Amino acid sequence: MLKILKYSFYDLMRSRWSYVYFLFYLILGFVLLFLNNDVDKAVITLMNIIIVLTPLIGTIFGVMYYYDSKEFTELLLAQPINRKKIFMGQYLGISISLTLSLLLGLGIPFVLYGLFKSAAIFNFSLLLVVGSFLNFIFVALSYNIALSTENKIKGFGYAILMWLFLAVIYDGIFLISLVLLNEYPLDKFSLVATMFNPIDLSRILILLKLDISALLGYTGAVFRKFFGTNFGMLISMGVLVLWVILPVFRMNLKLRKKDF
Amino acid sequence: MKYKILLFLFFISVAVAAKQIVVCEDCGIKSIKEAVRIANDGDEIFIKKGIYKEQNITIHKSISLIGEKGAIIDGEYKGGGLIFEANNFKIKGIKIINISTSYTVEYAAIKVVKVDGFIIDGCILEDVFFGILIEKSKGGIIRNNKISSNRKGEAGSGNGIHIWSGDKMEVYNNEMWGLRDGIYFEFVKNSTIYKNFSHNNIRYGLHFMFSNNNVYHHNEFRNNGAGVAVMFSKFIVMHHNKFRLNWGSASYGLLLKEIYDAEIYDNLFEQNTIGLNAEGSTRINYINNTFLRNGWAIKIAGACYANIFLHNDFMSNSLDLSYNSNVNDNKFDNNYWSEYNGYDLDKNGIGDVPYRPVKLFSYIVNKTPQALVLLRSLFVDIVNFSEKVSPVFTPDDLMDNNPLMKRIND
Repeated sequence: MLKILKYSFYDLMRSRWSYVYFLFYLILGFVLLFLNNDVDKAVITLMNIIIVLTPLIGTIFGVMYYYDSKEFTELLLAQPINRKKIFMGQYLGISISLTLSLLLGLGIPFVLYGLFKSAAIFNFSLLLVVGSFLNFIFVALSYNIALSTENKIKGFGYAILMWLFLAVIYDGIFLISLVLLNEYPLDKFSLVATMFNPIDLSRILILLKLDISALLGYTGAVFRKFFGTNFGMLISMGVLVLWVILPVFRMNLKLRKKDF
Repeated sequence: MKYKILLFLFFISVAVAAKQIVVCEDCGIKSIKEAVRIANDGDEIFIKKGIYKEQNITIHKSISLIGEKGAIIDGEYKGGGLIFEANNFKIKGIKIINISTSYTVEYAAIKVVKVDGFIIDGCILEDVFFGILIEKSKGGIIRNNKISSNRKGEAGSGNGIHIWSGDKMEVYNNEMWGLRDGIYFEFVKNSTIYKNFSHNNIRYGLHFMFSNNNVYHHNEFRNNGAGVAVMFSKFIVMHHNKFRLNWGSASYGLLLKEIYDAEIYDNLFEQNTIGLNAEGSTRINYINNTFLRNGWAIKIAGACYANIFLHNDFMSNSLDLSYNSNVNDNKFDNNYWSEYNGYDLDKNGIGDVPYRPVKLFSYIVNKTPQALVLLRSLFVDIVNFSEKVSPVFTPDDLMDNNPLMKRIND
């Protein structure tokens, strides 16, 4: 598995897209800090970008890589190697290389601008952790879609739809249900609803460390009590881990039966 | 000339005639009550270092009560401290501690009833129920005091400086913490409150009701349970105050309710859940204030007419403005909004496109508070954008026609 991981990883590292992705974050980080010169505020802006863009890039990369390397994968499958190892190697290769681009691309400018001296270091690391999680989650989800869909175009379509659903449509439905069910106590409902969407969950996690915590107090103690404590933080992190594990598990399940 | 010297000598002799009574643990006079009993109008009682375990010392004479450093009156949780019922008294440098809590009697460290002219200066009041309680008095100066308590719950704690029915009061340089309300005014007029620091109180840092023609300036209110509340008053001037860090489910930097003809300028509202909450407040000029990193910078709850918001800075607030009706009679002009993303082609420092401070999202949150969970999500941004392009729900005349491009108070 390690060999395949290494192969996928180097393959992606050599590809232009990883560099583009890395450079994008690098420039973004520098520009943000140059314009703001305040690490605190830059973290807020970054959050907006990370929770939308990281899932999108993860999704597209995952699907793209699967279909692109399909022939090579089939070649590998002809060898006496465990299927699981091949795909897990590929999956980890993509996720790790994407995460590395994210960490380095954003880390370098922030470190250069004196992150270690700033109080924002915790918020920033949380941002990076959440970003990494989103990478792993969405690559896994897109691999699931790609494995289940033979047709490349369809696969891409579903993957994008999945992203669109989680990033935009889900929130829309969420909001509408909140407005429609206005008469009912909705605190627990919204708490649970955020758990079912990794993007929402990441957003709330970061927001609570930033500016929303004051506002959430208004909404009802349930939210602040839950997310504000270490226990809530632990649970949310646990849910994010689950969001990685479940798709990976399903991927393996699918692999066992799939006829290549 | 001769007469003047004579007059001068006369006054000196009068001044000398006012005698000083010294109270200490090993003097002839050991208790404050005894000293008060033998004192005449105009005398000075000097309290030396030591702990005096006395309660409810009632004073009917115009005397000065001066404490040496370390002079402590211990109420032993058996009642109140000093009660003044005479004009022109003065109290300085005395520490009063351990005033008992009561649900029927307003025990206070210093209670002033129907007095004309007094000075309360440099007293330290610790673990009190009420700190300074003033009833039906006028012409008082309350300065340099430190008042604190550690009671729990609103019902079981009193206010720091509580004035009920007063006129021409001057309250400055005081520090209040751990009380119910730091400063509470009810039916007080023509008074000034300045340079006070009110923090970590259970309810409000400053609370006033039915108090007209007052000025509040250079005060700092921080970390109070519900911020500062100004209610049912007219002709109030508030300037150079700092409202900071009032966070919580019902916390405001400044809560205005039924306020008319007020001037609010040069204040700082920083990191409050709601920076300024106005309800039924009319003809108020908000000028040159800074709203920094609040949840809501301003929340206008209804029946607010003819208010003017000029030259204010709105910096990094989660939501700039919340409005619960779509009728607008308030004017926003020449403010700086950090969320503004228009352009300034003619370089006159004023944005060429108007700014709409009310977003659809803040409208929704008003109706469904739980929707706040979706703050900063992509969907909300899209919805806000579409509302911005063609306003449907938000009042379409509510906008700043001349938004500034640069911060005013950097």
